Amino acid sequence: MSFRGALKARTRNPATCSEGVAGFRVRRFAPSRNDRRISNLIFGALGLVSLALAWEFGHRVFGPFVLPSPVETVSCLVDLITSGQAGPALAVTGANALAGWLVGAALGVALGIAAGVVAPLGAALRPVVTVTLGVPPIAWVVLALLWFGPRGLAPAFTVLVTVVPIVFSAALQGILARDPKLSEMARVYGAPPLLRLRMLVLPQLLDPLLPALATALAFAWKVGVMAEVLGGGTGIGGKIATARAHLDLAETMAWILLVVALLLVCDGLLLAPIRRFLGARRPAAVATG
Amino acid sequence: MLRFENVTLRYGDGPVLAGFDLAIAPGELVVLLGPSGCGKTSLLRLACGLARASHGRIANTFARTAVVFQEPRLLPWWSALDNAAFGLAANGVRTAERRARAAALLGRFGFSATDLHKRPPALSGGMQGRVAIARALMVAPDLVLMDEPFAALDVGLRRDLQDVVRAAVTETGLAALFVTHDVTEAVRLADRLVVLSPRPARVVHDERTSPVDAPSKIHLAAAALLDRPAVRDALLAATAQV
Repeated sequence: MSFRGALKARTRNPATCSEGVAGFRVRRFAPSRNDRRISNLIFGALGLVSLALAWEFGHRVFGPFVLPSPVETVSCLVDLITSGQAGPALAVTGANALAGWLVGAALGVALGIAAGVVAPLGAALRPVVTVTLGVPPIAWVVLALLWFGPRGLAPAFTVLVTVVPIVFSAALQGILARDPKLSEMARVYGAPPLLRLRMLVLPQLLDPLLPALATALAFAWKVGVMAEVLGGGTGIGGKIATARAHLDLAETMAWILLVVALLLVCDGLLLAPIRRFLGARRPAAVATG
Repeated sequence: MLRFENVTLRYGDGPVLAGFDLAIAPGELVVLLGPSGCGKTSLLRLACGLARASHGRIANTFARTAVVFQEPRLLPWWSALDNAAFGLAANGVRTAERRARAAALLGRFGFSATDLHKRPPALSGGMQGRVAIARALMVAPDLVLMDEPFAALDVGLRRDLQDVVRAAVTETGLAALFVTHDVTEAVRLADRLVVLSPRPARVVHDERTSPVDAPSKIHLAAAALLDRPAVRDALLAATAQV
């Protein structure tokens, strides 16, 4: 039985739960998955509420020129959305981040697999990737602005350059960490290369690759917005830069809130399913050993 | 025929095999019995091409060789059905046909319709072992190489799977080279018993027998085998060293 299965079986056992005050069940040992989800939600909401309270407190102490109030910020955000400014900016930033992420991920996966399969290529690429990883994203922004001009491709390129090494390393690790015993089995049964790729290599690649893709996507938004702030333009970053120039703190905060909301939506829609998928696969991965 | 001719195999720490000779004829279940670490697994790896001999020649004229490894070596992401059909997939058999054939064989091995779609982690050790054997038998081999496939199982499961193997050999007339260090398993299965010495392995005893099935007789047969000085020296001396 998997660890999670054991956990579940234990919590289902009535002997481990006792009746508490007013008929509420008191959890003595491991909480069930549903209980855990609810308590996670409650405590998560509590965390957000305290953050908002701290924000309000800061506003009262330092005044609106340092920190606009949460209410003012939210109403400004609502204005931005209803006046039709938020939509186009969101679309531009989204296109930059997603395009850079998609192309970067494709490049990273292809290079990572190639480097894992062809050993000399791997030896040649690894230091290159280490160097690339060592260059701070802000330096790439500057270079990209010089190469591509302030509008256009600079944000997408910066995202791409940030994403490639992350995905490359994960893909390479996935290829190198293949179970040699399964490879031997496939060899003995004469499996052709395409079948091996589909049935052995790709499934083993997913474990390290999916989290890396998720991390890279989160980076894509941040780096993309950063490039836009420096380069101007019509994306959210450009709007933040303009609001900053006008010393309009409420609008700056409103745009920041929008970016954060974007990250949360992207996390919920894309990354959470990936985490669940990997969680479901985990016991499978253990059983290979 | 599978023939080892004067085969020498060296790893870093000295020879595993030195001038080794053995031939396996069609239709016989040959049990290789030897102490742990004597080079039994190396023999199988040579036979299926996973290792190369330093010297000598290995000739395999069997049309199709299948291997059952010490561990099931199933693909954890795919169902029991797809795992059993892996060899067929490797041979380009279409999905629907290979699944139908694998389902039929696994059904004979006691798999229910829902079991067929379980992935290996959801299967018990014995069922994983059955899938591994099914995967080997699916490709209609005329030689099966088996490397202590039941070593990790408890006695009851081991008996079941031994019966499965024995029945497959008797029914289809395939040849099998079965490696084990368990004397009772050897006498229960073997048409021919080959006992190897500690490393470097050489044949110290080679006898044609018939499988002993009655529980009361297995231990007598095992004791009779161990009573031979050459066998006792090979199997028990090595145990004493460990």
